[in-house]
Amino acid sequence: MDTYYNPKDLNKFAEISEGAPELWKKFNSWYTEVFKDGALSEREKALIALAVAHAVQCPYCIDAYTQAALEKGADLEQMTEAVHVASAIRGGASLVHGVQMKNVNGKLTM
Amino acid sequence: MESRHKSMKAFGKNLALPEVQLKIINRKNGFPTFNEKFLKVGEGELRTSKIEIMQINLGKICNQVCKHCHVDAGPDRTEIMTKKTMELCLEALANSDIQTVDLTGGAPEMNPNFKWFVSEVKRLNRHIIIRSNLTILVTNGFEDYPRFLADNAVEIVSSLPYYKASFTDKQRGDGVFEKSIKTMKLLNGLGYGKGETGLIFNLVYNPVGAFLPPGQECLERDYKRELAKNFDLVFNNLYTITNMPISRYLDYLLVSGNYEDYMAKLVNAFNPAAAENVMCKFTLSISWEGNLYDCDFNQMLELPVIEGSPRHIRDFNQSKLESRRITVGQHCFACTAGAGSSCGGEIA
Repeated sequence: MDTYYNPKDLNKFAEISEGAPELWKKFNSWYTEVFKDGALSEREKALIALAVAHAVQCPYCIDAYTQAALEKGADLEQMTEAVHVASAIRGGASLVHGVQMKNVNGKLTM
Repeated sequence: MESRHKSMKAFGKNLALPEVQLKIINRKNGFPTFNEKFLKVGEGELRTSKIEIMQINLGKICNQVCKHCHVDAGPDRTEIMTKKTMELCLEALANSDIQTVDLTGGAPEMNPNFKWFVSEVKRLNRHIIIRSNLTILVTNGFEDYPRFLADNAVEIVSSLPYYKASFTDKQRGDGVFEKSIKTMKLLNGLGYGKGETGLIFNLVYNPVGAFLPPGQECLERDYKRELAKNFDLVFNNLYTITNMPISRYLDYLLVSGNYEDYMAKLVNAFNPAAAENVMCKFTLSISWEGNLYDCDFNQMLELPVIEGSPRHIRDFNQSKLESRRITVGQHCFACTAGAGSSCGGEIA
């Protein structure tokens, strides 16, 4: 069945380079550098990426960073907590806009 | 997956047969062969150099039935090394300059002549490593083994797939983590894992699923921190080991639909630096029957050392076995993926 998201497409990511090889090269080297062990460990970075993947709801990234987090030594408990962090920020982001609703409500009602 | 109280062999599964496993892992699926890939390293064919380790499989009997076991070991297995074959191993060892004897199984402690054999190897003044599953050391009838191992300065290498119960019990069986912690406390009490005593206690991480292991150094820090904080435990080193796509782990990969992706992962992660240091270059593996193999994995696949080499321990000849060509297959990609994998963990 045709679908916009095909798991096999993830392996074709590098084909994006065809249209703009230099930009891909720069993206790739920056991306590789970002995920290296630094002030944050590779595992912490993989868990952040996993949380962001859920926030931006990218199925490719969820697939890739679940694997990456496992391969960096994370377990289900840690990955679930990361997803909750993303969810809490998404939920909280909606809820905090309620302040605007209250402001408007305060101005318009007696 | 099926209940894990007995081996695949006991279940009568076809996949327990080495030839069935080989047919699956060596089938053409678009990947280069291991040999093709290794030749690109530029060292010619894979050959042994100096044999430094004699790895002896004392038998397939085990008190555990782990889901990833490449031996398909379990309580129902009856294959066990006899005292006579042990004597042949000792004779070979005495006539060689191999300094390390690596005892594996199954649970090697369950061989009835285990203590005698360890004492005899010790008499030859060789370093002994035992691959212990930990739980056997707190099992009825084996309570005096930890002290025996300490008295003989045997280095202990034990699987602990994670520093928490969840992953460990999933792979090794319910309650294994708790029992392992109990044994580790006992071993620490005897001085194991404490630098000043010289009694070495190493742990092994292997992935609980169809993925590659993390970096050894980073994970070792986590293990040390968490085991010290939660259980007041210490150990020397952590080895990260890649799961070999044979036997029960192959069964898991096939049943879970992960086989093709896992093989692709292993092939794509081929690391020439790891390939240069694979453990088979320095190891001679001996089966419970005394047959000779390049490694414990080839042993389980019944791929003997190359024709023309001595093939049984009774015919041991160190110089004839050194620089022999190593028998390879697609499973060998597990030892060369990423940072590489050996019984001593990363190799690159």
